[in-house]
Amino acid sequence: MGKILVLLESNKETLKRSSLELITAANNLAKVNASKVAGIFFGNAENIKSIVSQYGLEEVISISHPLLANHSSTAYSKVIEQIAKAEGADIVLFSANATGLELAPRVATKLGAGYIADCTGLQYSNGELIITKPIYAGKALTTNKILKPIKVLSLRPNVFTAVKSDVAVSTSVKEFTPQISDADFGAKVLETKLNEGKLDVSEADIVISGGRGLKGPENYYLLDNLAAILGGAIGSSRANVDAGWRPHSEQVGQTGKTVSPSLYIAVAISGAVQHLAGMSSSKVIVAINKDKDAPIFKVADYGIVGDIFEVLPKFTEKVKAIKG
Amino acid sequence: MKVLVCASKVPDTTAKIAVGADKKSIDSKGIKFILNPYDEFAIEEGIRIKEKSGGDVTVITVGDDSSQEILRTALAMGCDTAIHIKTNSSPDSYQVAENLAAVAKNLKPDLIIMGRQSIDFDSLQVPSITAELLDIPSVSVVVNLTIDGNKVTAEREVEGGKEVVSLNLPCLISAQKGLNEPRYPKLPDIMKAKKKPIEEVAFIDSGKSVEVLEIHLPDKKRVGKIVGDSDAEISEVVKMLHEDSKVI
Ligand SMILES: Cc1cc2nc3c(=O)[nH]c(=O)nc-3n(C[C@H](O)[C@H](O)[C@H](O)COP(=O)(O)OP(=O)(O)OC[C@H]3O[C@@H](n4cnc5c(N)ncnc54)[C@H](O)[C@@H]3O)c2cc1C
Ligand SMILES: Nc1ncnc2c1ncn2[C@@H]1O[C@H](COP(=O)(O)O)[C@@H](O)[C@H]1O
Repeated sequence: MGKILVLLESNKETLKRSSLELITAANNLAKVNASKVAGIFFGNAENIKSIVSQYGLEEVISISHPLLANHSSTAYSKVIEQIAKAEGADIVLFSANATGLELAPRVATKLGAGYIADCTGLQYSNGELIITKPIYAGKALTTNKILKPIKVLSLRPNVFTAVKSDVAVSTSVKEFTPQISDADFGAKVLETKLNEGKLDVSEADIVISGGRGLKGPENYYLLDNLAAILGGAIGSSRANVDAGWRPHSEQVGQTGKTVSPSLYIAVAISGAVQHLAGMSSSKVIVAINKDKDAPIFKVADYGIVGDIFEVLPKFTEKVKAIKG
Repeated sequence: MKVLVCASKVPDTTAKIAVGADKKSIDSKGIKFILNPYDEFAIEEGIRIKEKSGGDVTVITVGDDSSQEILRTALAMGCDTAIHIKTNSSPDSYQVAENLAAVAKNLKPDLIIMGRQSIDFDSLQVPSITAELLDIPSVSVVVNLTIDGNKVTAEREVEGGKEVVSLNLPCLISAQKGLNEPRYPKLPDIMKAKKKPIEEVAFIDSGKSVEVLEIHLPDKKRVGKIVGDSDAEISEVVKMLHEDSKVI
């Protein structure tokens, strides 16, 4: 069996959680098809060695070429292609995030592989890899197989759980020297402008979203208070984004972001189909709405029928009591 | 400047999805089809570039006969010409990209604009594959685009912020909401668009790389505990979140 490669992405000093999820998913596949797993890391792998060894990753292939300091989809995809060929990879995994979704199709095309984006399930059945992918914004699910020998997949963040291995492994680091030149940098990132200190809805484990019933941007403090206690991110319905109360980057739904947090709290959101599309794969859903017939209650695990201006402060107090 | 915009036909966002008898397709009975919402941004951007600096905009789609409707919409918005790559099969995304790239090779556009994703199969790959096949640079999920001579600067949305990417023409971008406000076509333009010719191109079938085995509806079970707003009831929900669901 060939190798399974996973793209590891750093997040400041550590790794993105979605990268750890890839490691666990790859290790699970490797158990079935008896292949080896290696991570691909752009940068100095010494920084991430200890964390990946806790998650059972035995090998990291690191690339620290001076030209690659700034991200470039054209150059990075070429380097990953070279590594995949050198390693004889037959599965390459990416996170279905901004970076992965842009790189993976390019890598797949270079390798003559088959590619499926934003997968939510991987399973072997009679030696065949069966891949689950939501379509119509989660209104339906498909199971698929890839008809090419090399398979490239991007996995939806937060769906595959990252699991620490029982026995710590020792991780070896291998330096890879890519064949690249200036001509490979057709697209090059000049600058990354991060919203400091803000957790993105698509990466957060807890999301608290506000709808039109909040009545104005000034009332988001109600959500901020709860988010601060839970360590969650703030999301929004499209109504509030269109009203200019919140940035589009917070919009959850069919024309916003798809999120699958452990806990999604919908505050004064009616639950229009386009909104449900973006959050229905959340593990636990809580809805607070004064209208007992609001469609959001149909997908909720827990619902509180009441005025958010009264219910939410009480709810927050009680959560605070538990969290200490 | 020569712009090529790629657009696809998708079910309306409120459409109820039912699985077809073969369990491998969607039952299209009663579904209203629309222009993919992200492709509206792509078309609008193409037209704005033409209005600002001249040139022409061609819109192209891969699909069955009913896809011509979205080409008419695009023509009514202001595209100059339309190309229909005709197929009754349901090609996978690689095949779509392959066919788009084949036409683009002849047409040699300076800029190709697509949508960030098609909201039917959410396949999230046609832009990058097409760019790769054409060996041109690309940027996806673009919310801001400036073109200065040959130099393109695109701002794209990433988790927790934005990336500023620099590239040169010819290139490809995929549009995200926020790039612009798409216009509504005016009645006289809709009438005029009906008369414009649509060039038909044969679909090249080089086989699929992905096979759909089955489509099913999600069957996620929810706890479904809905309570009132009394203190005791709120406490009960918080306690269940903590002790049963273990999410707080
Ligand atoms: C093509 C297309 C794409 C779309 N994409 C998206 C998308 O990505 N994301 C999205 O969210 N929407 C999307 N929409 C819009 C969607 O159809 C709804 O209009 C939108 O989700 C409604 O937002 P809302 O729930 O905040 O507002 P409303 O539907 O107005 O709901 C407000 C809710 O708040 C409740 N409420 C009011 N006051 C209080 C109070 N004091 N206490 C408790 N509850 C209260 C009300 O009972 C009501 O249920 C899209 C629409 C289209 C056509
Ligand atoms: N059948 C098609 N015909 C023309 N363009 C398409 C087609 N399918 C996808 N595209 C383009 O590719 C973008 C991304 O789609 P996808 O990769 O399918 O999510 C869309 O917004 C369109 O611009």
